[in-house]
Amino acid sequence: MVVGGVVASAVGIALALAIDWFPTLASTQAGKVHTLYDVLLIASVPIFVLVLTVVIGAVIQFRMRPGQEDQDGPPIHGNTLLEVVWTAVPALLILGLCAYSYVVLRDIEEAPASERQEMTIGVTGQQFAWTFTYPKEIAGGEKPLSTTELVLPVDRPVKFDIQAKDVIHDFWVPEFSVKLDAVPGITTSYRITPDRRGTYPVVCAELCGLGHSVMRSRVRVVTPDEFDAWLQEQSQPAVPEGADESQLAAAGKQVFAGSAGCGACHTLADAGTNGQIGPDLDEVLKGVSEDKIRTDIVDPEAEIAEGYGAGVMPTNFEQTLSASELDALVAYLKEATQ
Amino acid sequence: MSLRAPGFPRAGLGILLAVALAYGLVIGVRALYGWDPVLDGDAVLQVALIAAPFGFFIGFGLFDYWFRWASGAPTVPEEHSSHGARSWKDYFRVNTDHKVIGIQYVVTSFFFLLVGGMFAMLVRAELAQPGMQFVNPNAYNGLFSVHASILIFLFIIPVFAGFANYVLPLMIGAPDMAFPRLNALSYWMLPVAGIMMLASFLAPGGSFSTGWTAYAPLSTEAPIGQVFFTIGVQFAGASSIATALNFLVTIITMRAPGMSFFRMPLLVWANFSTSLLVVIATPFIAASQFFVLLERALGFNFFEVTRGGDVLMYQHVFWFYSHPAVYIMMLPGFGIISEILAVKSRKPIFGYRMMAFSLLAIVVLGFTVWAHHMFVSGMQEWIRVPMMITTAVIAVPTGIKIFSWLATLWKGVLHLDTPMLFALGFVTMFTLGGISGVMLAMIPFTIHVSDTYFIVAHIHYVLFGGSLFTIFAGAYYWFPKMTGRMYDERLGKLHFWTTFVGFNLTFAPMHLIGIEGMPRRVADYAQEFAGWNLFISIASFVVGLSTLVFVYNMVVSWRAGIRAPANPWKALTLEWQVSSPPPIFNFDTIPTVVGGPYEYGVPGAVHGVFKGAEVKTTATPAGAAPVGD
Repeated sequence: MVVGGVVASAVGIALALAIDWFPTLASTQAGKVHTLYDVLLIASVPIFVLVLTVVIGAVIQFRMRPGQEDQDGPPIHGNTLLEVVWTAVPALLILGLCAYSYVVLRDIEEAPASERQEMTIGVTGQQFAWTFTYPKEIAGGEKPLSTTELVLPVDRPVKFDIQAKDVIHDFWVPEFSVKLDAVPGITTSYRITPDRRGTYPVVCAELCGLGHSVMRSRVRVVTPDEFDAWLQEQSQPAVPEGADESQLAAAGKQVFAGSAGCGACHTLADAGTNGQIGPDLDEVLKGVSEDKIRTDIVDPEAEIAEGYGAGVMPTNFEQTLSASELDALVAYLKEATQ
Repeated sequence: MSLRAPGFPRAGLGILLAVALAYGLVIGVRALYGWDPVLDGDAVLQVALIAAPFGFFIGFGLFDYWFRWASGAPTVPEEHSSHGARSWKDYFRVNTDHKVIGIQYVVTSFFFLLVGGMFAMLVRAELAQPGMQFVNPNAYNGLFSVHASILIFLFIIPVFAGFANYVLPLMIGAPDMAFPRLNALSYWMLPVAGIMMLASFLAPGGSFSTGWTAYAPLSTEAPIGQVFFTIGVQFAGASSIATALNFLVTIITMRAPGMSFFRMPLLVWANFSTSLLVVIATPFIAASQFFVLLERALGFNFFEVTRGGDVLMYQHVFWFYSHPAVYIMMLPGFGIISEILAVKSRKPIFGYRMMAFSLLAIVVLGFTVWAHHMFVSGMQEWIRVPMMITTAVIAVPTGIKIFSWLATLWKGVLHLDTPMLFALGFVTMFTLGGISGVMLAMIPFTIHVSDTYFIVAHIHYVLFGGSLFTIFAGAYYWFPKMTGRMYDERLGKLHFWTTFVGFNLTFAPMHLIGIEGMPRRVADYAQEFAGWNLFISIASFVVGLSTLVFVYNMVVSWRAGIRAPANPWKALTLEWQVSSPPPIFNFDTIPTVVGGPYEYGVPGAVHGVFKGAEVKTTATPAGAAPVGD
């Protein structure tokens, strides 16, 4: 049985390590968390195998056989040595794991050596959208840049200052392996260093109401050059000056599907979305003026469609969309719902 | 039908009067303040939710004796004829017999298991595919919130109180609980709390939908359905506190002669420890929900940050109860398993004293770990490492229990019937839940998996593979004692195997999708998780169906099972030394305890003797210095 247990532990560890548990590791922190998890698996599997082996072994060896109906087992009440061993060994194992975890924790939260290199980005959660704010020193403009999409240059440490406008949210990119609540009234923060280019989801991990499951955005980790180009682009209007109606509407369709992310909550046949959190735009916007559509977007609390509650739709679109994006979106919605 | 005598008609009248009072109070106060309109539906509802249960309790007769006593009127002494239950109708009136109350508790709790399980099935139906199919996001949030609340507050916690109510006085040789009238009140608070939580679905804006955790400020801003939880929890909590006090006093003062603490069966030890946890911790969840209620109803601004509120305070108070609550939901199960493993292995419990001490160690440590639920909450950072260490250290006393159970099995004569299968299933599955628990103590890992399906997997390995398996084990083990009938062994085994397999197929994959990045409490999810979710949903329906086998077995066996002998398991503890079901006052003569409860294999050993019987003492009482083999 001992041999069986050892073999089963080895096989168990090999299987557990072979499973591809984690998403793509896209930050230096994620790699360390993954290693910690591997160590935890290696420590855990033999304990589970031990329990399982004893249970199965006892069932095979000591199950009641015909003729034993009235028999009892030997009256063994305990064994001091055994009891000391199974108190001390787990205690040592656990303290070892705690010490290692402490080291990992210190590593992943450590500030980068030079503070100048670190970029600080504001993250604001509200029902049900994320706003990312780049300080003006980085954005290069006269005021901070607010976006609904997070773009990060690869290999540059970043510190997120996280806030919430209404209820608690949680800012998480699974590929970065670090998350933290956005709490009304305080600023929380964490650091990561993205080390792999790609596009990853931004997820709200704390139940925040009706639209919790659609409170998603995305983060793009790009080369420093691409990052600078993106910053440049943000300062340009989304639609060229003097665009005609159809160009404007086409740009608006991009905004609807992309940065504004309207389709997560709203149904709109033209865009092929079927969100159910908010009103069906095909119905409620039919025959509505452009001014009214604009108000509905930037000040959703002003008038709420029948059957829907207040405090559901984000109120930040005036900040996160540029003026031209907003114009385009209004033009598109007008066109698509007539 | 009389409106003067206690019973349902008078209870109905009490509820009507309470609702009238709610209207009167709200209209009166608002008129005095000159508020417009004078009638506010939400305000009336909140007052009525507090007042109506009291109208019911008073009308139903739960306070009659105390009111008479307090007013100096002659009290009506407890009639012996009202003890015991002769027909099913006797379970629907105030009864002070601990065995009747025990059955009321257990049956009510299992009813709520089916209700809560139904909600789980609806949740899994919705999650079978990405996108929304059956319910809208609001209803979905309501389903998982009510699922958790019902199963925690109306199933796991009270069902253990129910089993203990029935068997604990018998086990310690007492004729009843110390406070029988308080016991009846404790029970009747439960259906009130349960109905309130379910009724929230009828509230405008839907049921409460902020999870069983009801974090502020989400819960203070939620539609009115939230207060059905806020107030319902108060009644469930009051019920548990009253019962815990009752157990403590009963255990401390009503043990039979010779029943020293170290001769008590471990189930009694387990309920003693649990009751300590309940009386200390449960007031904290009451407080957390009062904060929510006061903020909602009276504008107290506890959590309004622009007015000096503090959002994290809610979580600290809430988890100061809700972490010990995990042990409230687990320690009684440890007791059940110790009873069953000793009896079914025909061996004494290995390391009896360490088993008792480890329970107490868990009680103490259990109060020092609450903030591990808040590693990503944004609280002060320094507290994380100490809480990581205390959390992980709880694995030591828990490990002592697991290893002692394994040693109890060793060299025994294992009777592998249904209670034993569930007990063995518990030992293995709870080990997995414990291992993922130690992983979750490790801060960097928790930061990654908090609020993901890994947590859902972990708590179901603890509460389903842990608590629920012990509850099933206990239900089969004491079924003959409680009903006087034997259950169907074949169906019992079918139930075990379908549950065991279905449970693992349902919850094991959740570890994986959690680490991969699927957050919990979402109505919709990314396409990449679609395959596993479909698999999990199908497996969960197997678990749902397996429960029907259990219900069928229990109902049919209770009606028509073969008559149970007094002691079908040849157990030594006192509840098996009386008939099945036991006589109305438990013992014709109070037994004298002469040895440990688990002296299997000791020739001629007995735990208790009845007057007139031949007195024998055992060579080694449990808890004496361990004897090696």
